[in-house]
Amino acid sequence: MQQAKTTILSLPTGEFVHPGTRACTGCGLSIAYRVGLKALGPDTMLIVPPSCLTVLQGLFPVASTKLPCLNVTFASTAAAATGILATLKAQGNTHTTVAAWAGDGGTSDIGLQALSGAAERGDNFIYFCYDNEGYMNTGVQRSGTTPIGAITANTPFKGKLQQKKDVPAIMAAHHLSYVAACSAAYPLDLYDKILKCRDLPGTKYFHIHIPCPPGWGYDPRYGIKIGRLAVETGYYDLYEVVNGEFRLTAASEKLVEKRKLVPVREYFRSQSRFKVLTEEQIADIQKQIDDKWEGYYKKSD
Amino acid sequence: MHIIEDGNAAAALGVRLCRPQVIAAYPITPQTPVTEKLSEYVEEGSLSAQYIPVESEHSALAVCIAASSAGARVFTATSANGLLYMHEQVQWAAGARLPIVMCVVNRAVGAPWNIWNDQQDSISQRDTGWIQMYCADHQQILDTVIKAYWLAEKVSIPIMVCYDGYILSHTFMPFDLPEAGKVDAFLPPFQPDYALNPREPANLNTVTLPDVRVDVHGELAHGYMEIRYLLQEDLRLALAAAAEMERRFAGVFGRTADPYLEPYRCDDADFVAVGLGSLTYQLRVSVDALRAEGIRVGVMGVRFYRPFPDEAIANALKGKKSVIVFEKALSYGYEGALASDLKSALYEYLGGTGSLPTVQNFIAGIGGREIHTQELTDTLRAATQARVSKEPVWIGLKL
Amino acid sequence: MGTRHYRRKTSHSEHGPGDGGRTGSWRVERPVFDRNLCIPCKRNKEACFICWLFCPEIVISRTIPPTVDLEYCKGCGICAEECPTKAITMVDEAKFAEEDKE
Ligand SMILES: Cc1ncc(C[n+]2csc(CCOP(=O)(O)OP(=O)(O)O)c2C)c(N)n1
Ligand code: SF4
Ligand code: SF4
Ligand code: SF4
Repeated sequence: MQQAKTTILSLPTGEFVHPGTRACTGCGLSIAYRVGLKALGPDTMLIVPPSCLTVLQGLFPVASTKLPCLNVTFASTAAAATGILATLKAQGNTHTTVAAWAGDGGTSDIGLQALSGAAERGDNFIYFCYDNEGYMNTGVQRSGTTPIGAITANTPFKGKLQQKKDVPAIMAAHHLSYVAACSAAYPLDLYDKILKCRDLPGTKYFHIHIPCPPGWGYDPRYGIKIGRLAVETGYYDLYEVVNGEFRLTAASEKLVEKRKLVPVREYFRSQSRFKVLTEEQIADIQKQIDDKWEGYYKKSD
Repeated sequence: MHIIEDGNAAAALGVRLCRPQVIAAYPITPQTPVTEKLSEYVEEGSLSAQYIPVESEHSALAVCIAASSAGARVFTATSANGLLYMHEQVQWAAGARLPIVMCVVNRAVGAPWNIWNDQQDSISQRDTGWIQMYCADHQQILDTVIKAYWLAEKVSIPIMVCYDGYILSHTFMPFDLPEAGKVDAFLPPFQPDYALNPREPANLNTVTLPDVRVDVHGELAHGYMEIRYLLQEDLRLALAAAAEMERRFAGVFGRTADPYLEPYRCDDADFVAVGLGSLTYQLRVSVDALRAEGIRVGVMGVRFYRPFPDEAIANALKGKKSVIVFEKALSYGYEGALASDLKSALYEYLGGTGSLPTVQNFIAGIGGREIHTQELTDTLRAATQARVSKEPVWIGLKL
Repeated sequence: MGTRHYRRKTSHSEHGPGDGGRTGSWRVERPVFDRNLCIPCKRNKEACFICWLFCPEIVISRTIPPTVDLEYCKGCGICAEECPTKAITMVDEAKFAEEDKE
């Protein structure tokens, strides 16, 4: 059965985050988190490792999130989810949702082992990796998911030389019931995907692209535009993998019909972190994107 | 009921009697049989618990930390590098005040690789804010596990139950397996002050500031320093709680013991050997031999190492000529940690009284080097004749 | 007065607004709404609310007209940028400071 698409008007108005957080002005994480929690609902327990989200969630003794949350060590996020689930099971609680929210560094690098372990065990929780493409909390260092060409505090002049690690693909290789790629610029897509996966078994993995003004170098007001540009250029795709079936969603799905991508150059030129990317490098990346999309077009024919 | 089993089985049987709800573990020799046994109990249905085969020790303790935060009684066990790999989580569990019980089956740490017994692993975790209890035989392993749950939950501090790898973990000895009803009478179900739940949301262990700060009710809440101070304060108070633990245990099981120390022929002794774990039982043989030679020597096991029972130890050693500390670990660059701790307790309570015993330190059995009883006897005899050295002396060294 | 009798011994936070203080004081520009351009205002019925959806600070009300809690609005300008009818303009706070003085 196809689930009805949520609209702005049908999105629940209840909030789980208080205003007045310590997140930066124009933080993309704030948007994704707010909408994500709406989808998860009040019967949820959260796990958060050190990251921007720790700061957003408030410093002792004040919390900005209205849900119970366990802060855990950097490498242990998914294992902590396992621990909470084990207790819920022991208590006979089958209704509470367990959701972990970690940054890209906390997921793709230091937390990957624990995440892989929990996914392999099939522990029934939702893991959210919010991907602002760097270790932002410690001052914008490169992470496994920082894209090629991005200047960070420790790739200061040449930009990152390596490719972005494809974490959703790694997670899909664990044969999960649900893997999704989302973006803070498409909150309703995120919302619907969370509703869709909730009753699926085992570990569910969400990757969320998060525009981040200080980390990416742009005027905060353009955050949503830039997140959208990443999708409209075909650079970052919105999709879901349901029991192994890959499907583009939302704006990415529409791009297949349109068959017209915005040149990726526009995306790169919207942020100062890519200022060292040369025209040749951009052309190279454009070629990779075009090849990827040729594949999508063929599949849809 | 008396049974004959190995030390790991004694631990597993003790754990089963305590009815943990969540068990997480990762294999490492010589700990493996404990957790294998527990997985058997769970699969056969003789223990109703969630058994989580995690992908690392870091995660084993992560599972325990989270499960305990959500209100479950939990268990894990490890050894050597497994414990070292947990180190970050070990600190975390103490700061979060979670009553986790963990068996540490003592083993040497790398490098180089060595799978045999010494106590460098647990000693290296001395300063993490955990309670550390050491066992010298199988009955103590089983009993200590049961006591540890009571105490950990009483004071909201995690406990390591330490016992020597192979020497205890893989040897068979008779011990009394208590009835479940008695354990239930001794150990009520775990009732945490707070367990994570959506009806009463709380955000636990987030960034906590250097200074105090007002909470949402307008009350002044702790800073990081107050929270850490309270851990230290409660650890010191746990010494008194341990005495209560022994009284209650004796009341239910009829086995009495001193909560902190296990002296043997110490009363009239001029010289007392001190150590942790099974080595102190081996030393009893040396003590008997030297007594036969007319040397007034005794041996005292330290069962409760952290919090350090400084006053009890100083009282027990008052009037002795020399204290001879045997250790299977050391604080590299100085001396055995127990020797340092003893010196500080003696200085505090006996300093200036004119009856401060000398302290000598011997390091033995590192990386499983066999400790011959004759060697212990000879060392002890020499130490009663004159102070052997200011520096720790390694016995059995073949340099 | 110290914290000796505080009811917890651990870092145990309860939720409430404004953990980061009055984050509105970070603001350089203030969003100003033009009701004549705002869709729900014009139609006098629930519509659009794109600004509400994207506001990172959750300070825009989903009401007709939409209002902003200036205590916490950080002035990011996302609402102004995303409004399909350009009903929101970001105005220099300095201007309001002068007004406040008057
Ligand atoms: C074991 C450990 N290593 C390093 C750190 C320091 N640290 C805290 S937050 C952080 C960056 C987090 O980056 P990411 O997961 O990408 O989240 P973001 O800050 O970008 O939101 C780092 C490196 C830590 N807390 N623990
Ligand atoms: S650094 Fe980026 S992700 Fe972190 S709080 Fe600031 S804007 Fe948000
Ligand atoms: S986005 Fe613009 S038009 Fe839509 S509700 Fe907000 S102010 Fe009105
Ligand atoms: S979107 Fe930004 S500028 Fe607009 S109300 Fe929210 S915080 Fe203020």
